[in-house]
Amino acid sequence: MSVATATAELPPRRMLSGRPSTLTIVSWELRKLMAQRRTYLGLALGAIPPLIFVVFWNFHQGPDRHGGIFATEITQSGLATPVLMLLFESAFLLPLIAALVSGDIVANEDSNGTLKTILTRSVDRGQVFAAKTLAAMAYAAAAVFGAAAIATIAGVASWGFHHVITLSDTVVSAPEALLLIVAANAAVLIPLLTVVSIGVLLSTVTRNSAAAVVGTIGVVIVLYIVTAIPGLEAIHPYLLTGQLQAWQGLLRTPTDWGPIAHSAWVCALYALPSLFAAYLVFLRRDVAGG
Amino acid sequence: MASVAGDSPPVKARGLVKRYKDLLAVDHIDLNVNAGEVYGFLGPNGAGKTTTLRMLLGLIMPTAGHIELFGRDPIREGARALDGVAGFVEAPRFYPYLSGRKNLRMMAALDGLGARARVDEVLDTVDLTDAADKRAGAYSHGMGQRLGIAGALLRRPELLVLDEPATGLDPAGIRDMRVLIGRLASEGITVLLSSHQLAEVQEICDRVAIVRSGKVAYEGPLADLRGAAGNGYRLHTSDDRRAAELARTTPGIHALSVGEAELRFDASERDAGALSLALGAAGVAIYRMAPTLASLEDLFFELTEGGGAAAHGMATPDGTAPAGAASGGTAETTERAAGTV
Ligand SMILES: Nc1ncnc2c1ncn2[C@@H]1O[C@H](COP(=O)(O)OP(=O)(O)O)[C@@H](O)[C@H]1O
Ligand SMILES: [Mg+2]
Repeated sequence: MSVATATAELPPRRMLSGRPSTLTIVSWELRKLMAQRRTYLGLALGAIPPLIFVVFWNFHQGPDRHGGIFATEITQSGLATPVLMLLFESAFLLPLIAALVSGDIVANEDSNGTLKTILTRSVDRGQVFAAKTLAAMAYAAAAVFGAAAIATIAGVASWGFHHVITLSDTVVSAPEALLLIVAANAAVLIPLLTVVSIGVLLSTVTRNSAAAVVGTIGVVIVLYIVTAIPGLEAIHPYLLTGQLQAWQGLLRTPTDWGPIAHSAWVCALYALPSLFAAYLVFLRRDVAGG
Repeated sequence: MASVAGDSPPVKARGLVKRYKDLLAVDHIDLNVNAGEVYGFLGPNGAGKTTTLRMLLGLIMPTAGHIELFGRDPIREGARALDGVAGFVEAPRFYPYLSGRKNLRMMAALDGLGARARVDEVLDTVDLTDAADKRAGAYSHGMGQRLGIAGALLRRPELLVLDEPATGLDPAGIRDMRVLIGRLASEGITVLLSSHQLAEVQEICDRVAIVRSGKVAYEGPLADLRGAAGNGYRLHTSDDRRAAELARTTPGIHALSVGEAELRFDASERDAGALSLALGAAGVAIYRMAPTLASLEDLFFELTEGGGAAAHGMATPDGTAPAGAASGGTAETTERAAGTV
């Protein structure tokens, strides 16, 4: 008698009908995130630089104070602010924010001893893993778009909703620029979700938030160091850190899709194995703590 | 065997092994928990109780062995095997930054349809309604324990697994816990209850398994264990010397010892009765003849501490049926154990 048949014919017990969906778990993962301080720290890290920048610039006005292209651009249109901010934050701050939550998302359960609490309900481990990964990714997206929204609003409030000049020195209208800003932030999410994947892996394997967060940031730093080592130029296109700037292709005319397509597959080479390894570890690991 | 699948017992474990590096935390354990009973899983600290329960709940992977909960394998079938099963190992844990009620809502969401509607009800059952909106991180140990039970009840379990639920509770808390378990059992819920203290569970357990160093030293009804312990008697008469002579010649009187003011011996009730008649016939007045029921506690101690298994011919790995062919092994083990104490 096969197991499948035997279990199929089990009479219904006095049990719950209807299995929880992975989205239900995601919504609770988000609720748990929202109940923790760390969450807001990350969001603030992304949102504060544009605010400081705009306030600072308004108080220290003066034509071409720093000279350079950006100084003129900034005051010509508020829509230049989110672009400048993305340039500034994408290199390190956004990866840091992504690491902060993704490195904690599984390890947090280990330190609270709560894995046994959620894994003895009616959800499979794979569902819990998927929900945690999705929640960490949603958080990274919220941090990126939150920071961009604040930069855009602050910039437009200060310098108006005007056309901007692209990196190719062409002019795009304000609505078109807004669309490009959204697209650029979406593009920067590709490498950031990869950072999230690495964070989830380290979080699952180390079972320790601090180690996972620091480790994830460490990976980013090491890749930057590799970028600086002479003689290794051949591997630069395949480093995750380089992909953090691929979004700039969108701000050229004609739009340069090359870097974005490249970043998509390079990032997939980092993210998919990380997630798969983390998934396997999470599926098989002993939940012996707590 | 689909036709009998509905009669699958709440817990059937065969040859469970869990090895941590050099340590055999669980060493070929068989368990049979029948529907409707309160089953005590007893043993001293470090015996392997929690490790066994973790395997039952699918939290850790057995090194070897097979588990069925209502006929379903938690290792292969995951959450599906936990339908109708609820409980926790060691102290229940919650998200400290969420309120007790939020924690329960979260658990209910992960349980599926219907559980959410029971949150208030289970809070009431464990008497936590007033503290429901406090952060779980601020709960006392006893409140946490109760919240754990509430979380388990959300699932309307048919099998409730509780790992030393009385640990760390004050006497009133222990009594409340016992009353609650008794009530749940009377509602037909099967309870698998671990404890390192016999006294804590002996009144509510129908059957027990006694584990020691990862092995089952005894599995069966407590009453059998009690019976197997045999009865000791203390006897004080008008003439203890004469009484001792009579006792020596009465069949069925064992382990006679003559003390300062009394005699001690082991005998069945019938044989002790025969001795009393003989004493009467010989004109020796019985001032006092009292059974010194070998306390269960002593027996428990013997099974779990001392030379237990080996010295008393208890189930040992070579005495039990090998793990592979263990289906009938446990009943056999029980008889051997009970018969040879
Ligand atoms: N995760 C683990 N890693 C290593 N050893 C463990 C682990 N969990 C339990 N043990 C060991 O296994 C044995 C049984 O532990 P446990 O099942 O917790 O006993 P009990 O619950 O009966 O007190 C103990 O010696 C304990 O130290
Ligand atoms: Mg224990």
